[in-house]
Amino acid sequence: MKRNIDSFRKGLIDGIPIALGYFAVSFTLGIRGGDVGLKWYQSALMSATNYTSAGQAAALSIIEEGGSYIELIISTLIINLRYLLMSAALTIKLSPKEKTGMRMLMGIGVTDEIFGISVSQKTPISPWYNVGAMSIACPGWVLGIALGGIMGEILPGVVTSSLSIALYAMFMAIIIPPARENKVVAVLVLLSALLSFLFTKISFLSGISTGMKVIILTVSLSALAAYFFPIEEDDDSLEEDVE
Amino acid sequence: MSNQYIYISILLMAVVTYLIRVIPLLVLRKPIKNKFFRSFLYYAPYVTLAVLTFPSILYSTGSFASALAGSIVALVASFFRLGLPVTAAAGCIAAFVFQLFL
Repeated sequence: MKRNIDSFRKGLIDGIPIALGYFAVSFTLGIRGGDVGLKWYQSALMSATNYTSAGQAAALSIIEEGGSYIELIISTLIINLRYLLMSAALTIKLSPKEKTGMRMLMGIGVTDEIFGISVSQKTPISPWYNVGAMSIACPGWVLGIALGGIMGEILPGVVTSSLSIALYAMFMAIIIPPARENKVVAVLVLLSALLSFLFTKISFLSGISTGMKVIILTVSLSALAAYFFPIEEDDDSLEEDVE
Repeated sequence: MSNQYIYISILLMAVVTYLIRVIPLLVLRKPIKNKFFRSFLYYAPYVTLAVLTFPSILYSTGSFASALAGSIVALVASFFRLGLPVTAAAGCIAAFVFQLFL
């Protein structure tokens, strides 16, 4: 019991900087949601049930075009598939005796950031640590998008149209720094941007929806990169002390 | 778009995303070692985010010119690793100033 409370408290503290980062990103998603036509509480509901910035951004583009549910499901599946890897890395670090209910609870919050801090905990990791981090980071994610949505509804047009660039600027801040470090990522980012642009310009491709474009380019380009430039296993934290 | 469409979309996303996260926690007992799959998942977010960003960023504000100004400022800020909030704020301010005064 004592250990659970300690783990929860530690997660809560480690989750504070994550919550602040989430607030900023989801605020911009709230602005974007307003552009698409969602009410602030609909954006908040999407955040409270998803916790995935790229997945939600793609979904907003699909919803904006009135895309099909199948398109939405496939795009969400592909964009969020990396969480499968993270959960798989986490599950082997849990005690085999860990209860199903606890596993289901921590499953809600397997995000890049919470995975990052929890996977570095001593094995066996306590799900209470994750739940602690989630209990501050997740409200940050939901409050940010709600506030972004509300601001989008009440601020003057010239302000909200300027704020609408924020989400894309955030995405650039996520992809450009790693592109400086890794040549494969750099080429991949350039190629993705170029092909995405061509999809909107070439007549026989321009009828393709945003969701389909994301699916086609993500699968084909990532597969090519993975085939020709497989990453070495020791360059991330997923493989540490699996014994 | 109808509210029903929005709520069903949110529900479908939530179910898919949760299943991806929870299934390994419930059934897997071994790590995923497949090198191709791991590499694929390593590269995928960069492609998705780049595709979502370009060319949409150029049409995200009131005018193409202000969006271009914001994009260039955001590109420079991200190149110099100023972090997410600063990069976003810089892009917004550039777009705002451009729309207001130019």
